Amino acid sequence: MQKTLKKYFAVFTLPTLLAFSLAFIVPFVMGVYLSFCKFTTVTNAKFVGFSNYIKAFSTPDFLNSMLFTVKFAVVAIVTINVFAFALSLLLTRKIKGTNLFRTVFFMPNLIGGIILGYIWQSMINAILVKYETTLVANATFGYWGLVVLMNWQLIGYMMIIYIAGLQNVPTDLIEAAEIDGASHWQTLVKIKIPMVMSSISICLFLTLSNCFKLFDQNLALTNGAPSKKTAMMALDIYTTFYNRSGFEGVGQAKAVVFFIIVAVIAITQLVATRSREVEQ
Amino acid sequence: MKKKLISALLSVAMVSTLLVGCGSKAETPAADATEAAGTESAETATQAAGTESTGAGQVYYMNFKPEVDQVWQDLAAKYTEETGVPVKVVTAASGTYEQTLKSEIANANAPTLFQINGPVGYQNWKDYCADLKDTELYSWLLDKSLAVEGEDGGVYGIPYVVEGYGIIYNNAIMDKYFAMDGAKAKSVDEINSYAKLKEVVEDMQAKAADLGIDGVFASTSLTPGEDWRWQTHLANIPVFYEYKDKGISDTDNLEFTYSDNYKNIFDLYVNNSCTAPGLLGSKSVDDSMAEFALGKCAMVQNGNWAWGQISGVEGNTVTEDNIKFMPIYTGVKGEENQGLCTGTENFFSINSQASAEDQAASIAFVEWLFNSDEGKAAVTNDLGFIAPFSTFTDAEKPQDPLAQEVIKYMADTSKTSVAWNFTSFPSQQFKDDFGAALLEYTAGSMTWDDVKALVVERWAAEKAVAIKE
Repeated sequence: MQKTLKKYFAVFTLPTLLAFSLAFIVPFVMGVYLSFCKFTTVTNAKFVGFSNYIKAFSTPDFLNSMLFTVKFAVVAIVTINVFAFALSLLLTRKIKGTNLFRTVFFMPNLIGGIILGYIWQSMINAILVKYETTLVANATFGYWGLVVLMNWQLIGYMMIIYIAGLQNVPTDLIEAAEIDGASHWQTLVKIKIPMVMSSISICLFLTLSNCFKLFDQNLALTNGAPSKKTAMMALDIYTTFYNRSGFEGVGQAKAVVFFIIVAVIAITQLVATRSREVEQ
Repeated sequence: MKKKLISALLSVAMVSTLLVGCGSKAETPAADATEAAGTESAETATQAAGTESTGAGQVYYMNFKPEVDQVWQDLAAKYTEETGVPVKVVTAASGTYEQTLKSEIANANAPTLFQINGPVGYQNWKDYCADLKDTELYSWLLDKSLAVEGEDGGVYGIPYVVEGYGIIYNNAIMDKYFAMDGAKAKSVDEINSYAKLKEVVEDMQAKAADLGIDGVFASTSLTPGEDWRWQTHLANIPVFYEYKDKGISDTDNLEFTYSDNYKNIFDLYVNNSCTAPGLLGSKSVDDSMAEFALGKCAMVQNGNWAWGQISGVEGNTVTEDNIKFMPIYTGVKGEENQGLCTGTENFFSINSQASAEDQAASIAFVEWLFNSDEGKAAVTNDLGFIAPFSTFTDAEKPQDPLAQEVIKYMADTSKTSVAWNFTSFPSQQFKDDFGAALLEYTAGSMTWDDVKALVVERWAAEKAVAIKE
C-alpha cells in the first residue's frame, strides 16, 4: 500500500499542487513583493521599501476599519453561535417538521453575499423610510444591519454543524446523567457542551474567519457609507487598491497586514479551543 | 487519536477554504468590472478577433460613457466594414472606469485608445500617454488651451467633447407658476441672481400642490457614487470664483472662501426638493432625472448629456421645447452675467506602450470619427457631442434641446462661462470624501462648519499626496 502510494504520489498530487501554486502561492508571493512596490499595473512595479506600510498607517482609515471589524466580529460571533446552538438544540428534539425547519434555516447560506446585501438593504431601507432616513445616513444602522445580515446568513450553517455534534453525543451518557438526577441545564452544561466542543471550535473558527474576511455583504449593504464609517478591513483594502490612483501598493501592504492578522487569530483560536476538546 | 486526525483534517479543509476565499476575492473586482462591459462588447470582440490577420494595427477603445455604449459598438462595426481595421470597444460600468482601465491596460492586449479626465488623470496615466502634438486631430482643435499638456510641452490628451451644465428647468411648469397670482417673477429672464432664485423657488415650493409638483428640485442624489453632481459639478463654482479672485488655475491649499455660497444653493436644493432630506442617501442620478422627466419637479441640476436620460424615461411629460438651462446662481457678486459651466473632462489619449501600428490605427480611427461625414454625423446625432473641432460646421452641431442651449449660452458674449476647474480637484478620494460629508450634513450628523473644515483639510492632504508621487 505504502509503496503504491509512493509510486503514484506524483500522478495524484501534482495536478493539485500545480493548480495550488499557480492560483495561490505565486499570486501570494507576488502580492507580498508588490506591497513593497509602487505600481499602477502589476507589470511596472518599482521597489520602494516600507513606504507603503507607513502610508497605510498614517491615515486613520485602515485603523478605523480594523476597529469596526473587531467590533463587528465580537458581536456577530457571539450572536451567531448562541442562536445557532439554540436552534440546533430545538431541532434535535424530534419536533414535527424538523427537516423542513433545518432546510429553511440553512437556505440563506446558499444565497450569494452580494445579493443578500442588496436584499437586506432594500428591506432595511423600506423600514427606515418611515422615519425619513436611510441605511447610509447613520453608521449605527449600517453596523446593526451587517450584524443582522450575517446572523441570518450564517446561523443555518452553524446550526447544521451543531446538530451533527449533538447527534453524536452518546445517549448512554445523557441517560446516565438523567438517572443521576441532573436537570436539563446541568445535562446541557456538563455533558452536551463538553461533548460538542469540537463542533464549537469549528463554528467559532468559521464565524471568526468569515466575519473578519467579510467583503461582499459589506460592499452591497453600505459600501462603507457614511464616510467609510462602516467599511470593514477587506472593503478598505479594496477601495484603497481600486479607487485611489497611486495607492495600489498601499492597498497591497494593507492586504499583507490583514493576512497576518487573520492568520494569527485563526491559529491562536484553533489552538485554544482544541485543548478543550474531549476525547471520545 | 482518530478524532484528532479528523479534526486536523477538517481544519486543513477549512484553511483551504479560507485561502480559496482570499484568492477569489482578489480577482472578483476585476472580473466584476470587465464583466459588465464584456457582455456588451462580446460581439465586436469576436469580430475583431476574426479580422485580426490584416496586420495593419488594430484599435481597442475603452469607453467611459455607458449610456452611449451601443453607439460606439455600431461605429466600431461601421469603421471595420469600411477600412478593414478591427475596432474593439469595451465600456466600463458606471463609476469603474479607472479600475477597469487599470486591469485592462496590464493585459497583453491593452486598450490603445482610452480617456483621461484632465491634468490630474494625466498624472496617473502619464506612463501610458503618447504625445499627440503632431496629429491632425490636434490641429483641428479650436481652443488649443483645452488640451492636456505635459511638462515637456507635448500634448497628451485631446478633448473630444465640450459639455455644459447648469440648472435644467421645465418651462411649462415655470410658465404655470408665472401665470399665478402673486408670483415672485414674471419670466425666467428675471431670475438672474441667487436672491431672486431663492425667492421664486421658495414660493413655488409653497405652491407645489397647485403646480402639480412634489417639489421644485429633483432629489439631491447622495448615494455614494451618485453624488458627482454635488461634490464635483456644484463644487466647481466656489472653486472657480476662488481661483478667479486669486488669479490662479490650481492650488495646493484651497481656502474654500465661497463655502457659504455653496451652502446657499445646496440648502436650497435640499430644502425645496421632492424628497425628504433624510432620504437623499438612497437616491441616484437616474432617480432625479426620472423625477424631472415625469414632471414631478421643475428643476434639476445636470448637464446637456442628460437629454438622453430625460427623453428616454417612459411616460416622459417634458416636451423638447420646454426644456431649458439656467445658470447656477450661488449669491456671488456680479453673478448676473454668469453663464453655464462649460468645459470638458473627456480627453482622448493614445496608449504609448501599444505597438506603433496600433497607435497609428487608433489615431486614424479618431480622425475618421471627427473628419469623415459618416463619423461626424454619428458624433453629432448619435453621441450628441458638441465637438470642439474645426472640422464641424454650424449645421453639424447637435440638435437636442440641451446642447442647443449650451451652444446658445456659449455664443452669448454678455455671459461669462464658468470654466471646469474641477479637473484640478486633487483626487477622486477628495470628491468621495466631500460627497460623504454632504450626505452626513443632510442627515444632520455633521454641521456645515465640519464640512467646510473637511474640504479644506482633505484638499490639502490629497494635493500633498499627489505632489509626493
